[in-house]
Parts: sequence; C-alpha cells; structure tokens
Amino acid sequence: MKSIADLEAIRQKTLERVAYRKEADNDIRVVVGMATCGIAAGARPVMLAFLDEIKKRNLNNVTVSQTGCIGMCRLEPMIDVMVPGQEKVTYVNLNADMVPRIVTEHIVNGNPVIDYTIGAAENK
Amino acid sequence: MRDLSMHVLDIAQNSVKANAKNVSISFTVDENRWLTILFQDDGCGMAPDFLAKVTDPFTTTRTTRKVGLGIPLLKENAELTGGTITIISELGVGTTLKATFNLNHIDCPPMGKMCDTLLTLVVLNPETPEFVFEARSPGHEANFDTRIVREALGGLPLNAPELVDWMREGIDVEFKPILEV
Repeated sequence: MKSIADLEAIRQKTLERVAYRKEADNDIRVVVGMATCGIAAGARPVMLAFLDEIKKRNLNNVTVSQTGCIGMCRLEPMIDVMVPGQEKVTYVNLNADMVPRIVTEHIVNGNPVIDYTIGAAENK
Repeated sequence: MRDLSMHVLDIAQNSVKANAKNVSISFTVDENRWLTILFQDDGCGMAPDFLAKVTDPFTTTRTTRKVGLGIPLLKENAELTGGTITIISELGVGTTLKATFNLNHIDCPPMGKMCDTLLTLVVLNPETPEFVFEARSPGHEANFDTRIVREALGGLPLNAPELVDWMREGIDVEFKPILEV
C-alpha cells in the first residue's frame, strides 16, 4: 500500500475543511444509480467525473452517494441532484462529458440543465 | 457488461446490499493468463433455495423490477472463455463467489478500468463495509485495505476529496501492472 505517513497530512486538511463548512444538512446531494443497469450503462465514469469536478472547483458542500435501481433502466446512467429547499432534479442518459455542465450550471449557479433532465428525455 | 471491471463493481454491490461488514476481492492472474476473481463477504448470505436459482436471470431480491442480471451475465461471460463461477453461501454467515476467466480467450471481455472500480467501491461506501483488495500475478503483488486507511485517518469517512486522490494514486500504482495490462 501507498505510504500511510501521507494520511496524517490528509487528515489535518480534511479536519480543517470540515470545520469551515456549514451544517451537513445544507449539503447538495448527488445520488448516482449504481445497480446492474446503471453500471452496465456507464455510471462509474459519470460518478468519477462528478468527484473530479467537485474537487476541481473545491466544492465543500456537495456529497456524492449511490442508490440502486429505481426501475427506469432504459434511462441509465441516471443521477438525482438534490439542492436543499428545491425540487429534486433527475438527469438521465448521462455520460462523463455532460457532468461539468451540470456542476457549473446547476450545482454552482443554481440553474438545472433542462436539456439533460428526465422531463426533456421523455418528451422527445 | 462491456468489461470485467464493470462485473466486479456490480458483484461487489451485492455484498454491500447484503449488509456485509467486510468484503474482500482478490485477483490472481497465473502464468497461463487465467484470471481468478474471488469475492468474499460476511453479509446476510443466501438460503439454499435462493442460491440454487441465483444464476437464473428471473431471480432478484429487488422489488422495482423482476430481473436480476448481475450474476447471470458474469456466469455467461466466464463460461464464454471456458471459465466457471462457483458460489458458496450460508444464511447469516456470508457468501463466497469465485469466477475464472481465460484472459487469452478470444471471447474474454477486456479488463476495463479495474482500478476505477476499486476506487468507486470505497468512495461510494465511505463508512461501511471494510474492503480488502488483493491482486497477484507472476512477479507482482498488490494490496489495499480500508481498515488501515481508516485507522490512520482517525475515523473520518473515506470519501473526503483530499483522500480520494491519494487512494486513486495508490490503487493505480499497485494494481495497474497486474490488472490493466
């Protein structure tokens, strides 16, 4: 395994960051569908792209988590973005290239990317 | 599933859903390029009658759909290369699944980004279970244990952004020479 000594520095950094941020209840949540259907359709690169973008932009108030299959396998990879106080937005048929736009426009600036939502996909 | 790394992510999710506290995944590549993947968990396990039909695509514990394709797809891909899958499970004790693939077989799916799969498992399950990853091939050995990382971090969850890069780098350096060649 990689040097465990690095972890002490990482621990300090994380503790500092956690101390600065507001209540975890105010976190924006990104939930990725990670059942067989999601994985087969490419959920993993989408999830990792979210982690990359969140790190790049130093977003302290976003957590990425997973869920199972919600029964609309044909629309995978799907994610839900939940901003406290706002309606949940479900994005469908995603790939990693679409992620930066969702992070910039929705998570940072508060404007859901309508083109990628389940509503847009179902009305096609 | 387009590649073996997706299978591993998918099968390991079964252990997570079975509320396992410890999940171990070990990869062995022998000199004849046969890959053995061994999943072991201490999750809820399966009753004999469920175990008997678990490779049937119309078996699942899910209620949102009537099909469960993870294990059937793995079985099909393993058998296409001349390999097999074996599952041993006991209710309340856990499950062991072994899959073998002939990596030289023309029908063997590509390995895919196995390191991304391992990282994804840890990051998406930051509190529990503990994961132990091991990989072996002639001349190489790799291991990763979330218990060691967690202890060094003093109980912080394993999805802190600072940590993700460290884990990604660590997993890539050790496991890529074995699993992504």
